[in-house]
Amino acid sequence: MRILFKTSYNDDIRLFPDRWVLLVYGALLALAFVLPLLLDAFYIGEVTNVLIWAIAGLGLMLLTGQTGQVSLGHAAFLAIGCYSNTILIEMGLPFILAFPLAGVITGIVGAIIAIPALRLHGIYLAIATIALSVLADDIIVLLDPWTGGVSGKFPAMITIFGLQIERWTMPVRFYYLVLGVTVICTLFYRNLLRSPLGRAFAAVRDSEVSATAMGVHILRTKCKAFGLSCMITGWAGALMGYYAGAFNNETFSLVISITLLMMIVIGGLGSIHGAFFGAVVVAFLPQVLSILKGAVLGGGVAIPGLETGVFGMILILFILFEPMGLYGRWLKIRIWFELFPFARKDMFRRQKSYLKTERLR
Amino acid sequence: MSLLQIKDATLKFGGVVAVNNLSFSVNEGEVYAIVGPNGAGKSTVFNLISRFYQPHSGSFTFDGQDLLQRKADQVADLGIARTFQNIELFDHATVLQNLLVGRHRHRKTSLVEELFFTARVRREEIAHREAVEEVIDFLDLQPYRDKMIAGLPYGIRKVVELGRALASGPRLLLLDEPASGLSVEETQDMRWWIDDIRKQMGITVLMVEHDMGLVSSVCDQVLALADGAKLAEGTPAQVQADPAVLEAYLGAGAV
Ligand SMILES: Nc1ncnc2c1ncn2[C@@H]1O[C@H](COP(=O)(O)OP(=O)(O)O)[C@@H](O)[C@H]1O
Ligand SMILES: [Mg+2]
Repeated sequence: MRILFKTSYNDDIRLFPDRWVLLVYGALLALAFVLPLLLDAFYIGEVTNVLIWAIAGLGLMLLTGQTGQVSLGHAAFLAIGCYSNTILIEMGLPFILAFPLAGVITGIVGAIIAIPALRLHGIYLAIATIALSVLADDIIVLLDPWTGGVSGKFPAMITIFGLQIERWTMPVRFYYLVLGVTVICTLFYRNLLRSPLGRAFAAVRDSEVSATAMGVHILRTKCKAFGLSCMITGWAGALMGYYAGAFNNETFSLVISITLLMMIVIGGLGSIHGAFFGAVVVAFLPQVLSILKGAVLGGGVAIPGLETGVFGMILILFILFEPMGLYGRWLKIRIWFELFPFARKDMFRRQKSYLKTERLR
Repeated sequence: MSLLQIKDATLKFGGVVAVNNLSFSVNEGEVYAIVGPNGAGKSTVFNLISRFYQPHSGSFTFDGQDLLQRKADQVADLGIARTFQNIELFDHATVLQNLLVGRHRHRKTSLVEELFFTARVRREEIAHREAVEEVIDFLDLQPYRDKMIAGLPYGIRKVVELGRALASGPRLLLLDEPASGLSVEETQDMRWWIDDIRKQMGITVLMVEHDMGLVSSVCDQVLALADGAKLAEGTPAQVQADPAVLEAYLGAGAV
């Protein structure tokens, strides 16, 4: 058993609660740094893919897991981030300015779209945001002169202070770039969680009525959540553009939005870990499936919709049996070890929550 | 001097007159109770003060300011905090985080500062934490500090909700049935706390309560409500002896 002994309020505020946690995450980061020495270029590419999905996951997690607002429109924000990054670089801005700006632009667009959308609740919001995903496709086609329409665009070359980065020929450099963005986004997320705004997000998620009574402006808070979420999503979109190597109006489709949402549910809503766990599943599921399919049916057999079907199945199983997602499962295993041999079978049985009747709204 | 003054307030829900031409005022430093049968409109009065409902007519004044000029999220800024009859906590957050949301109205930092967690944000966080720790000490919540609300028993939740309201540093505290569903011992604790809140912290308390034992032991003034209208007002003893109140509670013919 590990016993925490706190001696100052800073113990609860700092990034790593104790030395052990610092050690674990330090080791993880160090591993990420030396990874290119351990893996060949193909697998570095795969890990890069996981990280990009994880950034996108963090973006949606902030909105859905933290603030409780569902969005099936985030593919549109991936697109905005991707196109604005490329267009800004084509206009002559250096990557080091264009990339952050692309996220900020996406965030501002997101916050503006949020004003009417966030008056809707739950399933209605989900439906309204589906429209966003669908509209994005048409708008990209309509804006042909800037976006290249159906024929699409290639992402502009990345040059950071003279250092060129290209996804195919220099996968290791691209990996470090993505790793850097991942660390920054994770830090932003953590910083929000430990400051008033992050708590206001959770307050809005759990009870709008009492959040209001505590002085939280519901709509403004949701808009901030949407904006910040879209900013991170925009960065993920820009990186996805580089990763894909080319993109057009069909790259960021509704399917991507749905995958993103499934990803954070499977990973575990409301936690940073959840975004990463979910990203691993999303990035590796297609490979695992094709290996399995090859082993069972032999190569060359195509089963349309297999991936989507399996993904949906996993999602349903998680919602039924492990609503806390992979991260929840991981926590339980960890607590079991930490308490060993004192863990009891019913420890994690969910407490009956008290009926909320006569609610204000 | 009256801190909260309500004059001729009326609110209808369709055909139901939930609050009917009601006037009363709460003086600074007193504990004021609203009693009445279920459906009398007690919680509705609270929701009017919190600005969740817009009255059809009437005036609401808090410390000389017109409450009706404020939106629901601007009421906390005046120094009005409240609890809810059916406990409205943030279930998927810890007790500490819930109490810290109570500090929301005191926040000074901007979104960008918080994104980078600047030194100022850290300083503010520690100041908020110190304020919250005082509340934790006052309500003996130390064992629950890092526990999720979703796993806590009912009695503790009621105390946490009181704590969250106190953490905001209010001048007026609205308590909607603070003792309902509590055991005899817990009710006893609640009684001491309400006493201390008034005497030590100098906070004015307006509460809805059914437990006449609690009401007569901590309250200075009592307002009896029936069908949204004032039945009687006065000291606990006066109200309990009022024939109209006896009739409303025990039914006609009992008097
Ligand atoms: N949001 C609402 N919509 C319609 N009727 C309501 C609403 N809130 C309260 N009422 C009605 O107003 C009356 C007073 O309710 P309430 O203030 O909750 O009573 P209590 O004194 O038990 O707290 C009841 O008849 C109730 O049905
Ligand atoms: Mg009530």
